[in-house]
Amino acid sequence: MTDFPRWKYALVAIVLALGLLYASPNVFRPQPAVQISANRGATVDATLQKKVETTLTQAKIPYQEVDIAGDRLLARFANTDVQLRASDTLRLALGDEYTVALNLATTVPGWLQSIGAHAMPLGLDLQGGVHFLMQVDQSAVLVKQQQRYLDDIRSVLRDKNIHYDSVVPSGQGVQVVLRSSADRDAAAAAIGADAPDLVLTDRTTAGGGFALQANIKPDKLRELAENTIRQNVTTLRNRINVLGVSEPVIQQQGESRIVVELPGVQDTAQAKKILGATATLEYHAVDENVNPLEAEKTGNVPPEDRLYHMKSGQPIVLKKKTIVSGDELVDASQGYDQQTGEPDVSVELNSAGAKKMLDFTTQNVGKRMGVVYIERIPETKMVSGKEVHSSKTTEEVINAATVQGVFGKRFQTTGLGQQEAQTLAVLLRSGSLAAPVDIVEQRVIGPSLGQDNIQKGERAVILGLVLVLAAAAVYYKLFGLVADIALFFNLVILIAVMSAIGVTLTMPGIAGIVLTLGMAIDANVLICERVREELRNGSTPLASIRAGYEKAWATILDANVTHLLAALGLMTLGSGAIKGFGVTLFIGILTSLFTSVTVTHAITAAIHGGRKLKTLSV
Amino acid sequence: MEIFDPHSNINFLRWRKISVALSALLIILSVLAITVRGLNYGLDFTGGVLIEASYQQPVDTGEVRSALAAAGFESAVVQSLGGTRDISIRLQPKADPGAVQQNGQIKVDKVATDIMAALKAKRPDASLKQPPDFIGPQVGAELRNSGVIAVIVVIVGIMIYLGLRFEKRFAVAALASEVHDTLITVGIIAAVQREFDMTVLAAVLAVVGYSINDKVVVFDRVREIFRATRKAEPVDVLNRAINSTLSRTIITALFTAITMAALYLFGGPAVHGFAITMLIGILVGTLSSIFFANPILLWLGVSKKDLMPVTKENPELARRP
Repeated sequence: MTDFPRWKYALVAIVLALGLLYASPNVFRPQPAVQISANRGATVDATLQKKVETTLTQAKIPYQEVDIAGDRLLARFANTDVQLRASDTLRLALGDEYTVALNLATTVPGWLQSIGAHAMPLGLDLQGGVHFLMQVDQSAVLVKQQQRYLDDIRSVLRDKNIHYDSVVPSGQGVQVVLRSSADRDAAAAAIGADAPDLVLTDRTTAGGGFALQANIKPDKLRELAENTIRQNVTTLRNRINVLGVSEPVIQQQGESRIVVELPGVQDTAQAKKILGATATLEYHAVDENVNPLEAEKTGNVPPEDRLYHMKSGQPIVLKKKTIVSGDELVDASQGYDQQTGEPDVSVELNSAGAKKMLDFTTQNVGKRMGVVYIERIPETKMVSGKEVHSSKTTEEVINAATVQGVFGKRFQTTGLGQQEAQTLAVLLRSGSLAAPVDIVEQRVIGPSLGQDNIQKGERAVILGLVLVLAAAAVYYKLFGLVADIALFFNLVILIAVMSAIGVTLTMPGIAGIVLTLGMAIDANVLICERVREELRNGSTPLASIRAGYEKAWATILDANVTHLLAALGLMTLGSGAIKGFGVTLFIGILTSLFTSVTVTHAITAAIHGGRKLKTLSV
Repeated sequence: MEIFDPHSNINFLRWRKISVALSALLIILSVLAITVRGLNYGLDFTGGVLIEASYQQPVDTGEVRSALAAAGFESAVVQSLGGTRDISIRLQPKADPGAVQQNGQIKVDKVATDIMAALKAKRPDASLKQPPDFIGPQVGAELRNSGVIAVIVVIVGIMIYLGLRFEKRFAVAALASEVHDTLITVGIIAAVQREFDMTVLAAVLAVVGYSINDKVVVFDRVREIFRATRKAEPVDVLNRAINSTLSRTIITALFTAITMAALYLFGGPAVHGFAITMLIGILVGTLSSIFFANPILLWLGVSKKDLMPVTKENPELARRP
């Protein structure tokens, strides 16, 4: 037919072929497997492979294949029951040196994977995944606040010339010991004016001194705790985005816990590293009056100072007072120093941090400032049969650079290796944690859980498709059949696109697919109704087809653009369930535009083109 | 096969006072249902108590559900924790009225005791796995805010598009129908006290998409007929537009409804709420495309001259004699 150009046939053929190709990986069901990765000191090699094989054979566990993939070992099994038994057996046999995790190994042929065709990842509701319960260390929040008020109160008292004996952390706040009742009143007035979040009460010390207890208001503490949780939830969400997991669940549980569910992730070790490691930076002034070597030898460090070590092991003495800490960082990115070409981390501070940094650098140009890199690695130990959670904190001065000029908001930190700079930048960019988080519980939700949902979803999709196909064929005869072919391809291309861009499939996503099938036929209904109208108005069959497609197109375009806008809204809503649904709907509308209009037009033109027609089967 | 008389010329607009009055009444009733009766928010929105139990012998989630239902905890969400012995139960505090204290605080332990009693009544080998906990709502404040912003942006976007492609009156009529369809759909859910969870919210937003799609098709025909007819009486044009798109409006609604029925029947409980909400939305949206959107358009005073394509005046031609 003349009004359907040849290149469009080619386009339709190519897109359909690509659609089939990229949708095909979903036919290959992932296989239950056990993944073994090496912890520090151990290696994954042929010896391990041998050991795993003999262990499994001795335990009479049938395995299908044990092979090394990169730096890990995969043992594949026929079903999830065998997989669970194998993982228990292997965990015992291999001990602490290796991490044994349940995994779903892909069975997609290598040549398909090499062209980027992967099966759609399935959500936690369809295939299980990992579930973490994380505990936010709320006591760290209090300690941080105490430190802050210690500094504030000292400087207030100094400014007002009020003499004091000591200012120390105590209870839910800070205790100030003064020399007289009058001093205490003056101090109370000064502190009250400066820090409205403190509740001040007079106390008498054991020795009869005049003490002032400044407690942080319970409301303020609660607010801080809530903020901590919220900040951590946001931080975790960003970090998980870095991991590339879509539709994670990050949910507050109780007052200080966060639940993290990562669908599709069966590799707990990898996830834990990202979730568990917390890195932050603290900027401290270097105390140049103290000889660090001397201090290390004698252990004699002034009370306002603290002895740290550089990466090389060299001692360095820094002032305890933090100039700027990690939670005041807004952004950090890895780049290269323009002069030396060395890797560096560019840091941006928020306005509070910037002000502090500006104040500090204004007075201290030419002096050194140390950067403390603090890393916390959560640990779980078994002590007399009970799990004990602790964390190992390593504090290291990664850099002590001379302040080259006055700066505030933006500056660079150098002295990091390429790899380190990159890691640090990623962790810092993810948002610095205000309070440390530990994983207190982890669970791998086995893949058997979602089997039922997958079956139900598949049945719903197939039944929905078959019913619409039948209805269209009955109502629009030949044109209906053509629409049916297009609808089938719409499903194929929709799945292909979702697979190619790696959309995680969930139950709401399946609902979106079913809905898309119902609504995609709308374009064909519009076209068929138009063609019928044209025929009724006395046009020839071929002219009716042409006019039908032309006139329907304007309507289809307007209707779909507005519908796309609505789907876009669903997508940007951001929450797990709704987002997955919105993404599916959005892609579905786009693919249906192509299949319902271009594909059906191509087929219709091929059937009716160049023939003398008296009637149309519509 | 044709169900609809292609030459039908039903005067839908003759009943416009009745139909719009009916719509207005339904909107008022819906607003009342939502505000007075309130939505029966699901766990996603309210948060709830999480209880993890383990059995000595393998247990089926269906068995646990029936044990809970027997004790009156029908709305509890039961999930297997992987394996066959550990299960998690989540339920809203209001499911256990005895555990809600007068100041609104929830006695989590009381809920756990009640639940464990229900489980043990059926299977004595059930035990509490770890201390119960309160889980926060999944729909956080930030999400709710970003959701509201997203909805506003979408509505403004659609109105701008319709204002440009059509005319401002169409944009207003579409907005009115949109609000009408959404409110009535949510109103019905509130009236029958169906649980309103994330999937229902997703369906309500999908109804927004379906509804706008449906209105645009009719409006498109209105525009076309206005442009094609020389002396166009708005009432006649609107009636003709409704009649000539009637077959499409209903067939598309039926096709979509078929798929949603399939989803309801076979998709399992996880998508029941979604399918039901869509079915309600499709019905409301279809009726409003026929009986509500066009009367509004008529009252806004749509006319032929607003819809003629803007022809560029050629000053060259004007100067010629």
